[in-house]
Amino acid sequence: MRWLLRTREIWLGLAIIAIIGGTTLRSSNFASIGNLADIFNNTAMLMILALGQMVVILTRSIDLSMAANLALSGMIVALLNSSFPGIPVPLLMLIATICGLAMGAFNGILVWKLDIPAIVVTLGTLTIFRGVIFLIAGGKWVNADQLSPGFIEMTRIQLLGLPLLSWFAIIIALLFFLVMSRTPIGRSLTAIGINPTASVYAGIDVGKTKFISFCMSGAAAGFCGFLWVSRYVIGSVEIANGYELSIIAACVIGGVSIAGGVGTVGSALLGALFLGVTNSALPVINISPFWQMAISGGAIILAVIFNSRGSGNKGRIILRQEVPKV
Amino acid sequence: MSEQKTIMRHIPDRLDSPLHSAIFSWQTLLLTVAIGIFVINSFASPYFLDPWSLSDATFNFTEKALIALAMALVIISGEIDLSVAAIIALASTMMGIALQFGADTPVLVVVGLLSGLVCGAFNGLLVTGLGLPSIVITIGTMSFFRGISFIVLGDQAFKGYPIDFAYFGQGYVWWVISFEFVLFVVSAIIFYALLHKTNFGRQIFVIGNNPIAAQFSGVRVGRVKFLLFCLTGLMSGVAAILLTSRLGSTRPSIASGWELEIITFVVLGGVNILGGAGSILGVVIAAFIMGMVTFGFGLQNVPGIVMSVFTGALLICVIALPIVVRRFRKGAIE
Repeated sequence: MRWLLRTREIWLGLAIIAIIGGTTLRSSNFASIGNLADIFNNTAMLMILALGQMVVILTRSIDLSMAANLALSGMIVALLNSSFPGIPVPLLMLIATICGLAMGAFNGILVWKLDIPAIVVTLGTLTIFRGVIFLIAGGKWVNADQLSPGFIEMTRIQLLGLPLLSWFAIIIALLFFLVMSRTPIGRSLTAIGINPTASVYAGIDVGKTKFISFCMSGAAAGFCGFLWVSRYVIGSVEIANGYELSIIAACVIGGVSIAGGVGTVGSALLGALFLGVTNSALPVINISPFWQMAISGGAIILAVIFNSRGSGNKGRIILRQEVPKV
Repeated sequence: MSEQKTIMRHIPDRLDSPLHSAIFSWQTLLLTVAIGIFVINSFASPYFLDPWSLSDATFNFTEKALIALAMALVIISGEIDLSVAAIIALASTMMGIALQFGADTPVLVVVGLLSGLVCGAFNGLLVTGLGLPSIVITIGTMSFFRGISFIVLGDQAFKGYPIDFAYFGQGYVWWVISFEFVLFVVSAIIFYALLHKTNFGRQIFVIGNNPIAAQFSGVRVGRVKFLLFCLTGLMSGVAAILLTSRLGSTRPSIASGWELEIITFVVLGGVNILGGAGSILGVVIAAFIMGMVTFGFGLQNVPGIVMSVFTGALLICVIALPIVVRRFRKGAIE
């Protein structure tokens, strides 16, 4: 099984290298270190978001509200920054993360305490969050001239040749890796996805673990809210509209199984990178950016077909599985 | 907290009387909400009760509701189709292409229906033929279908549909009764009969409750699910014709974001998102609720985005309410 997972990631890695190689034949600059670093930087936020989403999908749930959460957290810090430029930027980053965490916790509480399916909860909160942005901002945008220079610079400061934005993605990826592989909570996230019933007998609180997964995805989305506003220098209702599906697409392409229990930090990162590399390769090989959507759609379909071939038969369950209440 | 209990199953000695279960049913709850919203709206704005404005209000939701009817069946069978809005975009684009070749109205209709059907069949084939999870596959086909629209149209638009084509989205059958509304009512009756009065409908429920038991009972699970995806595609094609006719143009961003609204209709209508339970009547009432809320707020000059706060809250509250009530009742029994 472990071997299989690893080969899946190797295949995806090879596909990414093939795309980079193929594009380099057309334009020799594509594989230059500078351009690859640019692609990585452009994909940084998608990677962080995909990691958050992966944790939720592992537990057999889904978080459709991540993009709306990102937009709301981003708007909150954008408004704070424009009204009180004195607040230090690192504190704003913390505030964005906490706002996101709170929204994730709200999703998580509804899933945990009321047993409402995650897809319904996050479908509801998705629209609520978007509406709240409009309410708190009064329908206005926060533009570049309203943001403080320190706020805008935060994702652009170069450190050891990479912008800080890339470093944030690297640090968060490491953090997720540590949590997933070295802590009990990481193990239980995977365990309840593989078999919720067995997890209960093993002493894992399924509801609480799901709650924690939503807190993680919420915090990731909130942090990206800050990054998004800082990078694109705009706060509005519309930011990251429809992005929730790109996040899920990154996970699926990476090989995270929507049925839960299958997925690693590496798979989410590679899935996001695949989308990032394809998107930046298209203009280079003279394909109109209008092709982007169809190609990522095709990639999702192929990825799902490819992954399902590898997963094999899980056996038949004749009776509906019931998770005992603790 | 960690103490393990066996699952207690409460099996009643006798079923509730039909009257009792009718009063405490989901549909009654929805109907109460709908009437409440109707009354509030009529007090809030003097323009609400005008027959013409009520007729205008129906345009807000009939196209989405038509798809919601088919989506309800798909969700009851335990699957989901997130690609419906993208199918509208693709079907509308195909009609636009046909228009460029000089197609007249009947041909446009056929093209719209056929492209919807083909997209639905494509989804169905991937889900049932290859046994893939519908939620991911339809996220994929969603980008794929709409992506094709973008490839064809880019930042352009198709315009200049024939004048008689406008009847589908703008015409009235009699007085204030629009063609769209009549089509919706007729489809609702057909879907009601299909789900609640036929073998096929029964099979949908069985599959939703336990697909493997259904398979062993001789239900052709794959074929039923395939047909349901085709049906959803077909209804999306119908909605594409109505919407294109109403707007008079095709852009690749047409109907974007509808998939989530349509699923809100279905879930609000009492269909269990995990499959196995639901009714067409509930979905129809939910469609009216959403239509009236949107229209009522519009009369009060509430921006659409603020309405979405209400819509989202309504969705969560309506789902949470029965769960909370049940929990309190259980607490009372113990």
